[in-house]
Amino acid sequence: MSTTTTEELSATTLLRFATAGSVDDGKSTLVGRLLHDSKSILTDQLEAVERASASRGQEAPDLALLTDGLRAEREQGITIDVAYRYFATPRRRFILADTPGHVQYTRNMVTGASTAELTVILVDARNGVVEQTRRHAAIAALLRVPHVVLAVNKMDLVDYQESIFAAIAEEFTAYALELGVPEITAIPISALAGDNVVDPSANMDWYGGPTFLEHLETVPVTHDLSHCHARLPVQYVIRPQTAEHPDYRGYAGQIAAGSFRVGESVTVLPSGRKSKISGIDLLGEPVDIAWTTQSVTVLLEDDIDISRGDLLVPTKDAPPTTQDIEATVCHVADAPLTVNHRVLLKHGTRTVKAIVKDIPSRLTLDDLSLHPHPGQLVANDIGRVKIRTAEPLPVDSYADSRRTGSFILIDPNDGTTLTAGMVGESFASPEPVKDEAEDDGWDF
Amino acid sequence: MTTTVATVKGGEDGTASPYALSHLDALESEAVHIFREVAGEFERPVILFSGGKDSIVMLHLALKAFAPAAIPFSLLHVDTGHNFPEVLEYRDRVVAAHGLRLHVASVQDYIDRGVLKERPDGTRNPLQTLPLTEKIQSEKFDAVFGGGRRDEEKARAKERVFSLRDEFSQWDPRRQRPELWNLYNGRHAPGEHVRVFPLSNWTELDVWQYIAREGIELPEIYFAHEREVFKRAGMWLTAGEWGGPKDGETVEKRLVRYRTVGDMSCTGAVDSDAVSLEQVITEIAASRLTERGATRADDKMSEAAMEDRKREGYF
Repeated sequence: MSTTTTEELSATTLLRFATAGSVDDGKSTLVGRLLHDSKSILTDQLEAVERASASRGQEAPDLALLTDGLRAEREQGITIDVAYRYFATPRRRFILADTPGHVQYTRNMVTGASTAELTVILVDARNGVVEQTRRHAAIAALLRVPHVVLAVNKMDLVDYQESIFAAIAEEFTAYALELGVPEITAIPISALAGDNVVDPSANMDWYGGPTFLEHLETVPVTHDLSHCHARLPVQYVIRPQTAEHPDYRGYAGQIAAGSFRVGESVTVLPSGRKSKISGIDLLGEPVDIAWTTQSVTVLLEDDIDISRGDLLVPTKDAPPTTQDIEATVCHVADAPLTVNHRVLLKHGTRTVKAIVKDIPSRLTLDDLSLHPHPGQLVANDIGRVKIRTAEPLPVDSYADSRRTGSFILIDPNDGTTLTAGMVGESFASPEPVKDEAEDDGWDF
Repeated sequence: MTTTVATVKGGEDGTASPYALSHLDALESEAVHIFREVAGEFERPVILFSGGKDSIVMLHLALKAFAPAAIPFSLLHVDTGHNFPEVLEYRDRVVAAHGLRLHVASVQDYIDRGVLKERPDGTRNPLQTLPLTEKIQSEKFDAVFGGGRRDEEKARAKERVFSLRDEFSQWDPRRQRPELWNLYNGRHAPGEHVRVFPLSNWTELDVWQYIAREGIELPEIYFAHEREVFKRAGMWLTAGEWGGPKDGETVEKRLVRYRTVGDMSCTGAVDSDAVSLEQVITEIAASRLTERGATRADDKMSEAAMEDRKREGYF
């Protein structure tokens, strides 16, 4: 920060967002520009970039070098993994999951989007919406990222023409809405020249909306909790067993959805035992109410058997437990996932044995066509799976709760993370997929 | 607190919603979640504790995560033999105050036994890797908490919260597991362990703001004080038996403080008159240098210095 105000040092909110872009769309330049123009790049970092650019014979500092961290990437000029970037403005703190846009890195995009409140999809104004753009939109929709930004980049190369931006924005918005993306904001930018990234562009008077950074600063980061099912996965049971606290039994966890209050009737799943909340300890401070993403310790009126892996829910709003899960998955491991594969499934704080009963279909992201019974899913494939678990699990649909509707599959032999899973339907209705085998007349 | 759950309106007043967490609360909650996950899934976790501000914040978060019970972890300090006395004194005081168990892996021991050789430049930071990895093996630690933050350095930006290490403690960036939602995967083969970074998403400023908010006590060298220093490679280093000053280097008394605390041989002090947390935070917010850029010689060795050391098992 070049200037310091007391405002800058006070508490602010945190936005986690992710980027996706095709190769050469200028994503690294956009991120570099964002960090540079928001004064988040410090002198020594910029000097290192200038040195590296000069040693490569480049005239101007290459802002993309700010974000390419590993030697392999610098040598090949590619981005091979998710990298996390941090910056702040007086209005908000940001965590950026910077994910490569190359076709074989679907899993990285899924990873970045899984914790993001907002996804930025980059297109080149000269090319408009391409196959990759549709893939990125589909991933944002599958992961149910609440906000999507379409950044139409390289506007300087199309003479800053409004008609070009408008046509791309319209085409993308129509497509993304069909997928069920809840909110789309299109912004015309030039990352290279700096138009509308941090500072408003003098070259695009016709655009009346916020700059990219202004939008990031003002997008809502909290949700209406009144429609959320309250869920607390128990991580750990705290029992001091000391002279001072002989009978203390606290159930520690991070609230995954909704809110809990003292006096509320709760049910423990999967056992189904019931009790009432007698106290909530918010990291050393007793509170009457606590809500999603707060790490708390809950005390109950009755001494019942609860352990790590259990789920505390309001008695009036308990999910059913099931041993049969249908989900959309993204396969993230190099070895394929096959029918009859024996795996471990981690849901919330519970890990159980499971078996892949069926892989009904694989989804092609480019055109959203379904390929029935592919037999296996390979790295970066998206598909539908049916899983049978060894024990009943209280799963929510991913549409209702990103934290209690998600799971990972783990290889029991070497611990590899195999698959990211989202319970329930793939997309917000109407289901916009075409079945290749039998087109049974989806009416869009 | 209202008794009805109101619809949260975001936008301009992002912090006005009763259900918005401040950035420090969000980071604190995430770190506590990470500590509790490890406690629930591992047999022998240990916290790397150097007495530096990041490890002090880690310990504070761990204490909060399990209160009113004791923390279910021990501490491990890799002692280079070139530590600041103020920091060692602080370390011992904290260990005693909380009734913790401290393991020490000593670089000096390895040098005395001839297993490690002193480098010509006197820097012992790269020598920490072997004592650390052998201690992890001999004590059979299966989870090792580090205070590393992704904002510190380019190679760290690629690091996971749960970072798998093989039996040689090696880090392979291509073998990293994707981390999805907040579902951490700590499974590992016998002999392997997981490095866990609860402060992954914190910045230097977040750490300082949290220290101020929580009223956490720090070693005195983080605040401005008079010290005998000399200039080497553009940094103010503390004069001492570890190898300085050499010919042509002159000692002078300056008002300085430390932004990071590591090995005396490679941790530089910055000119400062900040004597309170508030003054330190104001100074950091206005600084145009990263903390490592300003104060760490070991990271400047090459463009890929940190990446290379991480692969070998460094923190």
